[in-house]
Amino acid sequence: MRITNHPILQFKLGRRVRFTLDGEEIWGYEGEPISAALHDSGVRILRYSIKEKRPRGFFCAIGNCSSCLMVVDGVPNTRVCVTPLREGMAVRRQHDKGHLLVEGGAR
Amino acid sequence: MEPVHRPQPVDLLIVGGGPAGLCAAVEAAPFDLKILVVDDGPAPGGQLVKQTHKFFGSKLQLAGTRGLRIGEMLYQELAEYPNVVLWNDSRVLGIYPDGVVTVDRAGTYHKFEPGKTVIATGAAEKFLAFPGNDLPGVYGAGAVQTLMNVHGVLPAERLLMVGAGNIGLIVSYQLIQAGCEVAAVVEGLPTYGGYQVHASKLRRAGVPILVNHTIKRAMGEERVTGAEIVKHKDWVPIPGTEREIACDAICLAVGLSPQNTLARMAGAEHAYVGELGGWVPKRKKTGETTVQGLYVAGDCAGVEEATSAMIEGRIAGMDAARGLGKMPLTEYTARMVDLERQLVELRSGPISKHIRAGLEDVLFL
Repeated sequence: MRITNHPILQFKLGRRVRFTLDGEEIWGYEGEPISAALHDSGVRILRYSIKEKRPRGFFCAIGNCSSCLMVVDGVPNTRVCVTPLREGMAVRRQHDKGHLLVEGGAR
Repeated sequence: MEPVHRPQPVDLLIVGGGPAGLCAAVEAAPFDLKILVVDDGPAPGGQLVKQTHKFFGSKLQLAGTRGLRIGEMLYQELAEYPNVVLWNDSRVLGIYPDGVVTVDRAGTYHKFEPGKTVIATGAAEKFLAFPGNDLPGVYGAGAVQTLMNVHGVLPAERLLMVGAGNIGLIVSYQLIQAGCEVAAVVEGLPTYGGYQVHASKLRRAGVPILVNHTIKRAMGEERVTGAEIVKHKDWVPIPGTEREIACDAICLAVGLSPQNTLARMAGAEHAYVGELGGWVPKRKKTGETTVQGLYVAGDCAGVEEATSAMIEGRIAGMDAARGLGKMPLTEYTARMVDLERQLVELRSGPISKHIRAGLEDVLFL
């Protein structure tokens, strides 16, 4: 949910853009962190832990803690709390450690 | 990453564009020095960008000004100096014993050989052990602030705050301003550690501050749906005092740890000082560590608050400028006396007792 009526702050939002989460269409504002757009849309699970497959959300929101690693446009281990949203991004929940990038995308 | 093998010359390299780092740059900027500030955030200001409350201290230290505005003011001041370059979205990868600093700037690799280096990397949030602490919906207080005060997204509908130090109290009040209900603030100690003025604001808003309470577990399968809290005596839970609180987020404001990895990598001697938040570099009053020419300032040298971080940054910045032979001695001495007096004054109150004690363990001559 967006904060619309704040006693001190006014928020400048970018262009409203479409992207996908695990293939499903979702909307956010250009330039904001991917995690902010997802949170606004009610998405709380960003990935699953490697061994126990427990759901994980973000924790620090400033790129320090590695809790929010997702696969963005084929790039695994992307810290979505500090990665700006762009139109048409394909964001996927990460289920493993990720794989090395090879020519032609992730394998 | 494109490798760059020859180190680039720079007089003063500052790691971190928060209150301490920006102030180090501001102080050294008027002298004929090539200064580079490397910051991993998208914009300068560090954690100042999310501080919507007015700062304390004296007029000289911009008391009464909101934190986010202070960051902007420092940045504007720096913008007037063409000899100061600020890199955002850039991360220092290492500081080596020979003084070389390596940087990843949005995918390109850079190598520097600075005359002096100031580390002002701030602090990281501490975590708390309890069942369910890994569920989505358990957030650090800084994360909650970033989400609501920088990006304008409401972190939760109803939240439990854990920790009633200054951060816990201030962020609770900011949550209410943003439109989030704060179910309660729990504090393990017998009294809250933050300023009275912040606690009073919460009380007036009807938020209970439960001292001698702690969180027992987070509830929920896929995400936080509640929290169980319990009263304790001498850290032993009192049976029968458990209570379930419905909430969709649990916010941890249980302290910060100095981000000391770079100083340790560079070989600076450290000491464990609980009052300062953990392992911190030993240093002179100027901020210079046991590694010559390497300074620390702000929370990475001991968790305190932004106003003291700014003064420490200024002291480190001017001492570096002096060491590089650019600042006249008379000007240096007068300025140092003034800044040191400001620090002493700032730390003179009863709330800074632990800071004064902690500093005795890390300062050397």
